[in-house]
Amino acid sequence: MNSLLQVEDLRVTIPAGAARFTPVRGLSFALEKGETLCIVGESGCGKSLSSLALMGLLPKSAEHQAERLHFDGIDLSRLNERQMADLRGNRMSMIFQEPMTSLNPVYTIGDQLAEPLIRHRRAGRREARDHAVDLLEKVGITAAGRRMAQYPHQLSGGLRQRVMIAMSLMCSPELVIADEPTTALDVTIQAKILRQLKQLQSELGMAMIFITHDLGVVARIADKIAVMYAGRFVETGTARQLFSRPLHPYTKGLLSCLPVPGKTASGEPLGSIPGVVPAFIGESSSCGFSSRCPYAAPLCEREPDLTERGSSHACRCVLASAELDELRWEAA
Amino acid sequence: MIGVSNRTEPQSLTKGPGRQLFERAVHHGGFIAGTAIVLVVFAAAIGAGVLSPYDPYIQDLGSRLIPPVWQDGGSWKHPLGTDHLGRDYISRLLHGARISLLIGCVTVAISGTLGTILGLVAGYFGGRVDAAIMFLITVRLSMPVVLVALAIVAIFGGSLTIVMIVLGLLLWDRFAVVIRSSTQQIRDLDYITSARALGCSTPRIIASEVLPNVLNNLIVVATLEMAHAITLEAALSFLGLGVQPPLPSWGLMVAEGKDMLLFDPWLIAIPGCALFALIFAINLVGDGVRDITAPESRS
Amino acid sequence: MEPAAAQIPLELKGVSKVYSVSRGYFKKDGQLHAVKKIDLKLKSGEVLGLVGESGCGKSTLAKLLLGLIAPSVGEVRVHGQSYASHDRIWISERIQPVFQDPHSSLNPRKSVREIVTAPLRVHKSGDPENWDKRVTETLDLVGLPRRLMDSYPSQMSGGQRQRVAIARALILRPRIVICDEPTSALDVSVQSQILNLLMDLRKELSLTYLVISHDLSVIEHIADRIAVMYLGRIVEEAPAREIFSRPRHPYTKALLESVLSPNPELGVPDVHLAGEFPNPLEPPTGCSFHPRCPMAQGDCSGTEPQERIEGEARIACMHYDSGGGQFMADAKP
Repeated sequence: MNSLLQVEDLRVTIPAGAARFTPVRGLSFALEKGETLCIVGESGCGKSLSSLALMGLLPKSAEHQAERLHFDGIDLSRLNERQMADLRGNRMSMIFQEPMTSLNPVYTIGDQLAEPLIRHRRAGRREARDHAVDLLEKVGITAAGRRMAQYPHQLSGGLRQRVMIAMSLMCSPELVIADEPTTALDVTIQAKILRQLKQLQSELGMAMIFITHDLGVVARIADKIAVMYAGRFVETGTARQLFSRPLHPYTKGLLSCLPVPGKTASGEPLGSIPGVVPAFIGESSSCGFSSRCPYAAPLCEREPDLTERGSSHACRCVLASAELDELRWEAA
Repeated sequence: MIGVSNRTEPQSLTKGPGRQLFERAVHHGGFIAGTAIVLVVFAAAIGAGVLSPYDPYIQDLGSRLIPPVWQDGGSWKHPLGTDHLGRDYISRLLHGARISLLIGCVTVAISGTLGTILGLVAGYFGGRVDAAIMFLITVRLSMPVVLVALAIVAIFGGSLTIVMIVLGLLLWDRFAVVIRSSTQQIRDLDYITSARALGCSTPRIIASEVLPNVLNNLIVVATLEMAHAITLEAALSFLGLGVQPPLPSWGLMVAEGKDMLLFDPWLIAIPGCALFALIFAINLVGDGVRDITAPESRS
Repeated sequence: MEPAAAQIPLELKGVSKVYSVSRGYFKKDGQLHAVKKIDLKLKSGEVLGLVGESGCGKSTLAKLLLGLIAPSVGEVRVHGQSYASHDRIWISERIQPVFQDPHSSLNPRKSVREIVTAPLRVHKSGDPENWDKRVTETLDLVGLPRRLMDSYPSQMSGGQRQRVAIARALILRPRIVICDEPTSALDVSVQSQILNLLMDLRKELSLTYLVISHDLSVIEHIADRIAVMYLGRIVEEAPAREIFSRPRHPYTKALLESVLSPNPELGVPDVHLAGEFPNPLEPPTGCSFHPRCPMAQGDCSGTEPQERIEGEARIACMHYDSGGGQFMADAKP
């Protein structure tokens, strides 16, 4: 079967003088049509860089290479900048965290919304406008017609992010990559926007890669989850698998850190992962998490592979699944 | 025992800011070259008394307009020749460096203090204080520096002290504008609020929390204004309204050589090149400081 | 039983803060009621959580409590003494802040030693010879390795910086700490470290906290009592477990609905909240929440709701029936 997006061994490197940073070190995954993949990880784990690499939007100082980078049968690594630009905003689009910096302050919302449709689909101004109003209403903006004539600074943060979402959906893309789209928003607005995004996704049948650090968001919207640590996936699986039976010590640790109303006893210490996310310079042969892992053993000197632990559930750890099941992350 | 174990906290992640600055400075070609030239000029100025082969004021009408050593008729007796009054040109050049640097430093000291204080106050307090200081800046910007300087010098007479004071009182605007805007950027940061919540007095906050964080901008502006002041002095002296003869200012040397331009162009070329090299070097240092300090504090 | 005034560490009495906002040369200045008629008491040793969305006046409240701005109406009291009769040094000995973003709360040009010593220097506290010892003690207290003493903020991780900020707040041993979103800028694994630290320090130093946050799960975890703010007012205040088990105000309900607990069986919740956050310069008449309230009735736009007291809880909603604990308009379960 041909997946919508096939990624094998995606790497991002940043040359820095004599040294080389490798913030993304070999990601492989496949995404089917209409599916939601959540990439979860803490700051500096390489999740944002991976998404930029997929879109061909890495900053000049960074470069990416991959064994395989296929979108709907098209080899993305062979496209030139022009062909890539034809795909971006058209068949694949991106939603960024900061709507204020992603919207151009000197154009009206309407102009900016219509632009991708006019450019990619050669739609008429009128047609583009109608479609824009339609989409704005779909993402829950009232008085959409009036909003079209407004400038970004006239809108609240929540509205701007909705506009960004509408804009990314203008050409009915098959793939949307959303990088922390709701992190800067208030909780009530976050819930509303996520709900609308999910609704639109099933309506338009698009696939989504959702990048976030928020495990609560992940649990609610993901079909598949990839937990990322130090440039690699350490555990992948369905949402249910990861939350009901997390295997990797890092996943377990993250879940134990979360206060959950009604579950964690209030005032009691939460679990915690000692230390900080390591800053990687160059390749490392040992398990990236071993320096913070309470179960680290001499075996961890060699980075293990991501191995199947049941259908569609994989984990990158030297320990066997049965041993991992035994592990309990103790509160500090 | 409180807190989690820190057994895997990273060993000091990066080098300290001072060390970082130093390393960046060492790798910045323009900064190194500029600093080298400026240091040479400073050395010349300080050592002028020792280095000069002759007294720069002693006239020797018998050996007027001797060309420099590389031209026909030049000799090692006067490596850069003599001027129309027979004064040794290299001695005058060395002593002229003193005047130029003195003017640059004193002017920047006056205008920098004035402008920085105004900029800090305007940026930190905002509101009406800011509006008043912005008005002052606008007034100052609407005055053409050279004309005002000319007028004042014409009234009070030209002398080194007057030139320095006049330029010092005229060139503070860029300091004020730059410091004001960088102060505005950090005024609302939490470390300022923390200091206020600690009960720090306002002058203390401005001096110890704000000032160190605008210092890099201050240095950049200071170098630019120093170069500006030195060129202005040269211009004023050239017009006969700056430093008065027989003081050996570089601008004055150009002015005195202008009548001999056709036959003895080196009279102008030598102090002109010295001026150019100094201004260029100071600007290199300024650009360098900006490059070296800019990425800092953003980790 | 009302405790004696001196035993209430911190108290806000009918506090309002009004800013006048210029709307251009030819219009009258607008009045922005950042906080409005706030009454709040902190009990000794408790953690009071303050929840609300951006623009609700949380930060203004924090500034009022720190004595950085003076209230337009009403007064702030520490241990029964009004802020108005004391200077900032006096206030800052008793109450200290910890801010959200440890990147902007530490001066990048100062070392940890300088940052943590600064309070002692400003307050001329004790013998300068002992300062280093006190700094080391405080660093130990917040779990920061001593070798970082001469490091600069840019050399440290977010969690370490937040520990420095906590050390700076605690070195004068204040009794009250205002934590303004203390963990929102941190990674999940670091967030729990800092929350644990705050809870340990509370026991160790018998501190009283006011924790401001938009994250209800964090608040639920550490707070004893929760106050919910909307558009400059406190709309509900109750013990933490009551807020979660039996929210009274419709806004509190909406906030609770939007908490995304990590449970993959539940989808994205449908939050019952209409419209957008109103323009604070033109607040709605009557109950300021009524345009977004799913239970609003005709009279909600007419009169401001009075505060009602029910047990340990306070609520500002006209249609909350204290007897049944249910909304009259919300008859169906």
